[in-house]
Amino acid sequence: MKKMFNKYNLCWILSMIGSYVLLSVLMSAGIIDSVYQTVVTTIIINIILATSLNLIIGITGQFSLGHAGFMCIGAYSAGVMVKQMPSMTGFMLGILIGVIISAIVAMIVAIPTLRLKGDYLAIATLGFGEIIRIVVLNMKITNGAAGLVLPKMLNFPFMYGVLMLCLIVIINFVRSAPGRACISVREDEIASEAMGINTTKYKVYAFIIGAVIASIAGAMYAGNFYVIKPEMFTFNKSIDILVMVVFGGMGSMTGSVIAAIVIGLLNSFLQNFSSVRMIVYGIALVCIMIFRPSGLLGTKEFTFSGIGNFIKKRKEVKK
Amino acid sequence: MNVLKVSGLTKNFGGLCAVSNVNMELNERELIGLIGPNGAGKTTLFNLLTGVYEPSSGKIELNVDGKMKSIGGLKPYVVTAMGLARTFQNIRLFKSQSVLDNVKIAMHKNIKYGTAAAILRLPKFYAEEERVQHEAEELLKVVHLYDKKDELAKNLPYGEQRRLEIARALATSPKILFLDEPAAGMNPQETAELTELIHKIKEDFNLTVILIEHDMSLVMTICERIYVLDYGKLIAHGNPEEIKNNPRVIEAYLGEEI
Amino acid sequence: MTVFFQQLINGLSLGSIYALIALGYTMVYGIIKLINFAHGDIYMLGAYIGFMAITVLGVGFFPALLIAMVGCAILGVVIERVAYKPLRNATRIAALITAIGVSYFIEAMTQRFMGTNVRAFPNVLSTEVIQFAGLRISYQQIYIFVTTIVLMLILQTIVKKTKVGRAMRAVSVDADAARLMGINVDATISYTFAIGSALAGAAGVLVGIYYNSINPLMGMVPGVKAFIAAVFGGIGIVPGAMFGGFFIGIAEALVSGYGGSLYKDAVVYIILIVILIIKPAGLLGKNVKEKV
Repeated sequence: MKKMFNKYNLCWILSMIGSYVLLSVLMSAGIIDSVYQTVVTTIIINIILATSLNLIIGITGQFSLGHAGFMCIGAYSAGVMVKQMPSMTGFMLGILIGVIISAIVAMIVAIPTLRLKGDYLAIATLGFGEIIRIVVLNMKITNGAAGLVLPKMLNFPFMYGVLMLCLIVIINFVRSAPGRACISVREDEIASEAMGINTTKYKVYAFIIGAVIASIAGAMYAGNFYVIKPEMFTFNKSIDILVMVVFGGMGSMTGSVIAAIVIGLLNSFLQNFSSVRMIVYGIALVCIMIFRPSGLLGTKEFTFSGIGNFIKKRKEVKK
Repeated sequence: MNVLKVSGLTKNFGGLCAVSNVNMELNERELIGLIGPNGAGKTTLFNLLTGVYEPSSGKIELNVDGKMKSIGGLKPYVVTAMGLARTFQNIRLFKSQSVLDNVKIAMHKNIKYGTAAAILRLPKFYAEEERVQHEAEELLKVVHLYDKKDELAKNLPYGEQRRLEIARALATSPKILFLDEPAAGMNPQETAELTELIHKIKEDFNLTVILIEHDMSLVMTICERIYVLDYGKLIAHGNPEEIKNNPRVIEAYLGEEI
Repeated sequence: MTVFFQQLINGLSLGSIYALIALGYTMVYGIIKLINFAHGDIYMLGAYIGFMAITVLGVGFFPALLIAMVGCAILGVVIERVAYKPLRNATRIAALITAIGVSYFIEAMTQRFMGTNVRAFPNVLSTEVIQFAGLRISYQQIYIFVTTIVLMLILQTIVKKTKVGRAMRAVSVDADAARLMGINVDATISYTFAIGSALAGAAGVLVGIYYNSINPLMGMVPGVKAFIAAVFGGIGIVPGAMFGGFFIGIAEALVSGYGGSLYKDAVVYIILIVILIIKPAGLLGKNVKEKV
């Protein structure tokens, strides 16, 4: 127990509780009104999506463009269950079913495609993502293209709790031996195998964990935004998530969190200028790749000790 | 008894025969050299023995608990788990990771907690992480890289990168160590230090070592036996004295005697 | 039986379009190993340029086709110089993401300036239909098929018989060696983009005529499918793209014809996954292993 509450963990626990308290206060004081609350909810879902994709792309180096497919599975599992059983229990069951289905689908997708490299993997996962969406589009139970109309089931504390849970799972995985194994797969797959790591196994693990968490994000979406339709989960959605990961830095979890927040805020402020938004998006992607391909934080993490060191170094230089 | 036995090993790439009918035996605690001109097939042979390539024909047998088991065609991580470790001709470190992490990664197969324990941060996780940290640091001390343990691998000077590769290979707890041109690009001083290091780790870690090298000062000094490869075939085999005076070897390296 | 042959005919038209687009993908991938995600949008721009040529300039089919091809060729070269050239030595993922950015940019700009609505493409080709043996072949389908074959023959001649073509083949194999042999690699890459984009532009005009409608997002799905066609035939291999394009077009038409039109897109993706599992280098491709 003592180990669990070391300096690193304590800092993060404190900041998580801190931001929760801050946001709750702002919400009850009405400063964050219902419009902004939608933004907060969107950002929470974005963080979950970005970090889960970063696990696959940034940490393990597997370029997956099918993430929206798993979000779709999660959203519809929750949605369909809530239609049958309109209660919180129904919703929770829906999340569970979504998790199970996406884990199975992820395994089916992973095993043939994770042998492929780079571009081929990207296109194969994109194909799978589209297949999932087309299947959902054509099922009776999902109401096809018209989508499902759902009640708003979730509130801020629940969402925040789920966010914390997802982040803890991902970060604990990354900062451990399996996480290191995934990083080694990204760095040099041949060397990784030579060091005794079953690279296929870890690619599949990362893929499944990422997919499952994306499905949870999908369920969160279904529980908050009243309507879900297959057209919300095309590869454009996958690319939206990819933009967040790239912007924050592939391989940096804190980068994904920051990017999700920044992009969520930008999107909400630019909502009225939607055509300009896409133009800016496109230019931003090209510019980031040309001038700073490692993104905001590269593969580094934003840590409190990091800030401490940074300030120390600046003081030394000044002397 | 042999620790590794190779019989009639052949590897074809399309029409090119890279390794042809090679026979080899390694015994416990031996230090063997594998030499030959460039393109002779030495690294290909290493790749075959460590599972990177599948043999076209022939047998590779490893001594596992007294029995000779065929390991040809097994995947590299399986072969490593059975006790074979290697370094690479072109350094393949995990560049963006720290020196210490590079070693920790190589200890993976011996880590006794799984994904679930990692995510749930069970006590086993903390205990194993501490053990891994300690053992990795000890290995770095052996190759004199302990003070650079938090440095990024890509920032190390070339000679130290090569030493890190060796530390990494050792971290897999091998029985047999394959070193692919460990002295490449080193000056005589560094080569001498490397020679000493190889000797030391062989003794301390109870290893069988086989190395590919072009630097004859290294090879002739520490190798007990030498195999010579040319155009994929074994053209000579013996102790350093025999090899130095073998006409076929001289011809392969220097061309025909005038 | 008539359904089968009818769909075969429809598939040949559809396949022609996919083949023209696929050629651009495969040529660019062959030379700089980039999946040009924006290629589908060049096809879309071809349709719009053709549309403008016909409605604003009042020209007929062939001039519109030529203007679109030239326009797209120029656009392709500009995009390459501005967005892809700086990333020649970057990771493939970085280049892919840049291509995605370019794609978004083109789509958004088109939406801004041409509106997001579907536009009706004017009828500049005869809408007559030949009927025989219970089958219908429209004049437009013949035009599409013949135009495609002609363009492909021109392409084959360029690649096999001209200096530029030789340079293109050399750079695909080893850019540095080609440079050392005195080949202007930058110019060769620009030529490749120009030719590939011109073909996509032609496809855009043909589609505009065939389906009578164009919209700024029309490049997305055909773009992905054409890419799948290129992968299927063997990415980087010109005959592979031709073969792949027709195969995918016919497959899609057959699935549609036999009642599975809801799933026709899914079938194309399934073909992709099957080929990536069985032979990732594609039907006409060769396997290249990484040196250890």
